[in-house]
Amino acid sequence: MPPTATNTSHPHDLPASGHELGFVRKYIFSLDHKVIGIQYILTGLLMALVGATLAALIRLQLGWPTQMWPLLATIFPKGYAGGVMAPEFYLAVVTMHGTIMVFFFMSYVLVSGFGNYLVPLQVGAKDMAFPLLNMLSYWIGALSALVLILSFFVEGGAAAAGWTAYPPLSAIAAAVPGSGAGQTIWLLSMALFIVSFTLSGLNIVATVFSVRAPGMSMWRLPLTVWSYFIASILGLLAFPALTAAAVMLLLDRHLGTSFFLPSGLVVSGRHLTNAGGSPLLWQHLFWFLGHPEVYVLILPALGIACDIIPAFTRKPIFGYRLSVWCLVAVGVLSMVVWGHHMFVSGMSPFTGEYFSIATMTITLPMTVFGINMLASLWGASIRMTVPMMYSCAVLALFGSGGLGGLYLGNATADMQLTDTYFVVGHFHMMIGGVTLMATFGGLHFWFPKMFGRMMNATLGKVHFWLTFTPFFIIFFMQHFLGIQGAPRRYYAFTAYDFLKEAQWQNVIISSCAMVLIASQSLFIVNFVWSLFRGPKAADNPWDATTLEWTTSSPPPHDNFGDVPTVHRWPYEYGLDAGGSDFADQRVPPEQAPVTA
Amino acid sequence: MQNRNRTSHFHSSLVALLFAVLGVGGVVYGSRIQMPGLASRHGAGIDSMLAYLLITTGFLFAVGYCALAYFIWTGARRERIGQRLASHRTEWLVSGLIGVMVGLIAEGGVLAIGMPVWSEYFDAKPPADAITIDVTAQQFLWNVRYPGPDGQFGRTAPQFMDDVENPVGLDRSDPAGRDDILTQNAITVPLGRAVRVRLHSKDVIHSFFLPNFRVKQDIVPGMTPEVVFFPTKSGSFELACAELCGLGHYRMRGFFDVVSEEEFARWLREQASPTGGR
Repeated sequence: MPPTATNTSHPHDLPASGHELGFVRKYIFSLDHKVIGIQYILTGLLMALVGATLAALIRLQLGWPTQMWPLLATIFPKGYAGGVMAPEFYLAVVTMHGTIMVFFFMSYVLVSGFGNYLVPLQVGAKDMAFPLLNMLSYWIGALSALVLILSFFVEGGAAAAGWTAYPPLSAIAAAVPGSGAGQTIWLLSMALFIVSFTLSGLNIVATVFSVRAPGMSMWRLPLTVWSYFIASILGLLAFPALTAAAVMLLLDRHLGTSFFLPSGLVVSGRHLTNAGGSPLLWQHLFWFLGHPEVYVLILPALGIACDIIPAFTRKPIFGYRLSVWCLVAVGVLSMVVWGHHMFVSGMSPFTGEYFSIATMTITLPMTVFGINMLASLWGASIRMTVPMMYSCAVLALFGSGGLGGLYLGNATADMQLTDTYFVVGHFHMMIGGVTLMATFGGLHFWFPKMFGRMMNATLGKVHFWLTFTPFFIIFFMQHFLGIQGAPRRYYAFTAYDFLKEAQWQNVIISSCAMVLIASQSLFIVNFVWSLFRGPKAADNPWDATTLEWTTSSPPPHDNFGDVPTVHRWPYEYGLDAGGSDFADQRVPPEQAPVTA
Repeated sequence: MQNRNRTSHFHSSLVALLFAVLGVGGVVYGSRIQMPGLASRHGAGIDSMLAYLLITTGFLFAVGYCALAYFIWTGARRERIGQRLASHRTEWLVSGLIGVMVGLIAEGGVLAIGMPVWSEYFDAKPPADAITIDVTAQQFLWNVRYPGPDGQFGRTAPQFMDDVENPVGLDRSDPAGRDDILTQNAITVPLGRAVRVRLHSKDVIHSFFLPNFRVKQDIVPGMTPEVVFFPTKSGSFELACAELCGLGHYRMRGFFDVVSEEEFARWLREQASPTGGR
């Protein structure tokens, strides 16, 4: 029995009673989930620009390690002292690139941004369950991003211990220059981020549970909503482990505790007095968060692709219920496989065997999910629009990334491949690529709903070719760099004979990276131009079935006016009834047959 | 209208072609890449694990990408959809079967090939004639210690550590340590004997990575992991650090030479005089 959406004392009843909100309350400190969602998306895209700039610096260094960069030396006088990138600056750039892209781009745009925008619309609610909490999560999140950026400007520079921040490197200021104030700020920013992300996840779970429109049973939720629902539960369960770890590491750094520091450490000739801690404890806590976190990012990407695909294949998604169960199964399994990041860390080889076998179990639900997506194209009548192209890219990268996972989840193969570029290639395909492609697909798909205007399709197609192709080449080649033994987080590959072959590959990779990064300007131009000059969008420009397409573009403040009543599942495409081949979720059974 | 259809067909075909080219091209590219030359006994097992994965995933990758290309190619030319909703039976059969198949490939690889190699490697008791070496990693070098003629390592403790005088912290009062042989960044072992490396770290996490020997072991401070392996080839190989340890991580290079017994004995003698056992 689905709950009704007659929550009485809702803040959105205010404007309906004739009260107009001012600019600040409407667009800045807004309670409207749509505005907050767009705020998250814009903040995340801005952070992505920072992250991409850092990626460009990384690739310049790795592609042409002996080159002088006088221009960069004027922009970063310390980082490029004498025209050459300093190793400590390189490590800070790598660390910040990872942190920004994982937490402040993907988590913001894909999870919090689209999550906020889509979940209430797709479940037929007026807003999130807790609008004030929602505003609070955004502003705490914005603060955490600001704090992180500030760390570039402190003594010693930004954190340089990698986004995984393994102690002792991240615990002892003398271990690496970024391990001074930069690391402290990094930890504070993480703690703030987790507060924000947890509040936002809580809100999504509550929204799915409590404010669904009448008739919107769980088995009528679009896969997007299902994916946000599972991802948010995962986030709620996993993130607190990192909060605890961040606080413990702060205590180790500043109050002399030894959670992560064993006895007998001698750093830069100085004997430390710590005793009794374990650096491995951090790795367990970090990956207890870290592994579910990749599913927090990737499930919404898959959900979004699953909702885009049927609109352009004009037939229902293949295996809807099976896919939902796969999401649930993956969610459960993702909580018990974190140790596959630690096969050679020194933990017991017996646990390595367990984590190997458990990790391989994930292959089953994930393959079923992937095949369901692929089979959704079976017998379809495909319209190759920009969102559809990106959804195909999601599927492609999910396939190649997933196959790469078979190597890394396998302890025996991982012994050779861990901490090499194979890992870098793999996770960029998954939490970098699947998510990036879904982000672009989602932005092109829902842009008309968000802003009431269409994006330019030709520009979008050119952008796709110049994004997906170099992206694929870069990270596919990195897998094979790893097979050749190239370790990750190396400032240069010049010191080793066995890495000589890496040079020509790095030149190709770096050149592709420059194309990839430069072509994002096409997206920016398209986004900004369409925002102001794009042709006006219809309410349902893609002939799609979910509830957000039944309201105006952009939707009014309270989304639907009258709360919609839901009569069917979200994939009623390919009907043979009358003029249209689809029925949105509100269409009653008398007007079109209900098929699932 | 017809024109627009033609351009859109052309474009969809290009997208289909893209995936087909990536699927086939990826396998061709991958098959041309070489791993570092193999030089250890257990490494053959790791290489067969990798070979199994490269073949199975290479096949699935190419088939998957070509299937995607095929669906796009034909789908874009279809005016009306074919079959609308598959029966639950078909769903379970198609996705379930392929899922189970890929799951079996993955799990089977772990159980049939991976685990035996893994447990053999970790269960290996060093044979009596194994050469034992003690490696203490620090930012950014490898302190290597041999027990010397008495076959006993001297006691060490952190409080004796001094970067210049006593990098591994030898206890001078322990007679067993007097003949210990110390080198930096240079390990030499005789061919035909197992090698047992006891690992320590003074400061941060390092990782003892011998690409040719398929050996990689993180060295977490406070823990003393050991690796045991059997070199099968003589020659000069490289030792790298595989866990981010700071500024010099990328150049924490060591040498691992596998030589004949005679050369090994001569090398040890050279190391022992004048600086050995400082």
